[in-house]
Amino acid sequence: MADTPVEYIKHHLQNLTYGKLPEGYERVATDGTVTQLQEATWTFAHTAQEASDMGFMAFHVDTLGWSIAMGVLFLGLFRFVATRATTGVPGGLQNVVEVCIEFIESIVRDGFHARNPIIAPLALTIFMWILLMNALKFIPVDFIPVLAQALGLEYFKIVPTTDPNATFGISIGVFILILYYSLKVKGVGGFAKELSLQPFNHWALIPVNLVLEVLVLIVKPISLALRLFGNMYAGEVVFILIALLPFWIQWTLNLPWAIFHILVVPLQAFIFTMLTIVYLASAHEDH
Amino acid sequence: MNINLTLIGQSIAFAIFVWFCVKFVWPPVTAAMAARQKKIADGLSAADRASLDLELAQENAAAKMRTAKEEAAVLIEQANKRAAQIVEASKDEARKEAEKLIEQARAEIHQERVQARDALRAEVATLAIAGAEKILETSVDANKHSEMLDKLAAEL
Repeated sequence: MADTPVEYIKHHLQNLTYGKLPEGYERVATDGTVTQLQEATWTFAHTAQEASDMGFMAFHVDTLGWSIAMGVLFLGLFRFVATRATTGVPGGLQNVVEVCIEFIESIVRDGFHARNPIIAPLALTIFMWILLMNALKFIPVDFIPVLAQALGLEYFKIVPTTDPNATFGISIGVFILILYYSLKVKGVGGFAKELSLQPFNHWALIPVNLVLEVLVLIVKPISLALRLFGNMYAGEVVFILIALLPFWIQWTLNLPWAIFHILVVPLQAFIFTMLTIVYLASAHEDH
Repeated sequence: MNINLTLIGQSIAFAIFVWFCVKFVWPPVTAAMAARQKKIADGLSAADRASLDLELAQENAAAKMRTAKEEAAVLIEQANKRAAQIVEASKDEARKEAEKLIEQARAEIHQERVQARDALRAEVATLAIAGAEKILETSVDANKHSEMLDKLAAEL
């Protein structure tokens, strides 16, 4: 798997990539033999170099797999409860689900004043999904990669939120919704006015306003995605660093860090959800 | 850390999850919660109403008890009066009956006395004649002396 600490860390931070290698690409096997591809092929990347050479035409199979698994887990669980939801005395699972829903409902009620039936379930999806994806971090860093290796997969990174693709994927979805509701609620003119006449309400300063407001708008999804990614990635790196220590001492650092993540995991999910609600609320505000 | 198609895959997955949640998860659970809320609210208001009803019923019962008591008192009063009247009336009747009986008895006694006197009178006449016969040693002709004897009997 890895011989030096640097290789070990790099290995643990590399996604399992399935992508297209271009025609004529020279693949270097681990034993140093070089094979040239006759035609462009879709394949698993065996090295980090290959993965990055695949460019945009590649999938992080682990990120996609685990994030979809977590989403299905969340929706499956909630759907299971939803079909069985009783108006009488709720059971344990229904209680948990209702606590989640009530929690989301209350923060949506506090932060979002327009009428939109999409926002609350959207917030619930974001919160639960990110929470579950983040929670994968509690699985020790070596368990799944070693298992995957036994199955013949070179790389396996299980926490999807440590992959910027995942966090940007969600934040781009949110960004599209921001644009959609801005245009829908304010109209094209209203939205343009908001972008050009704020913060300085003077015609001569329209270009300045435009630059500022567009920047503010674009920073929203970027900050959303980078905040989540940054926190999770940094946490993961620290876990991997701790895993480099001798095994008998690891728990002294691992345990406090994991306990700290009991706070960080829901907190990051909450921040992402909260900011999504705030952004969408401001998209609904007509001046 | 390469940005690639995963990004789009994630966006699609996200969109599908949100759609599913909006469509199939959120409405039934919140509906169940709202229904329960309504149930509880109804239950609470029913309980309130019931306690109010109870209070009302108690008041009602107390009022009915009071009127019943009053009615009973009136009835007893009337009954007492009526009883007194009946007693009085029966006393009167008894008195009248007694008087009538006494009167009758008196009349009977009188009649019997008259009869007895008459009988006695006749007896006495016979006795007198018998006595006189003994004295005169001769028989008195009853028919001859009947006039005298009758006179004697009338004097007795």
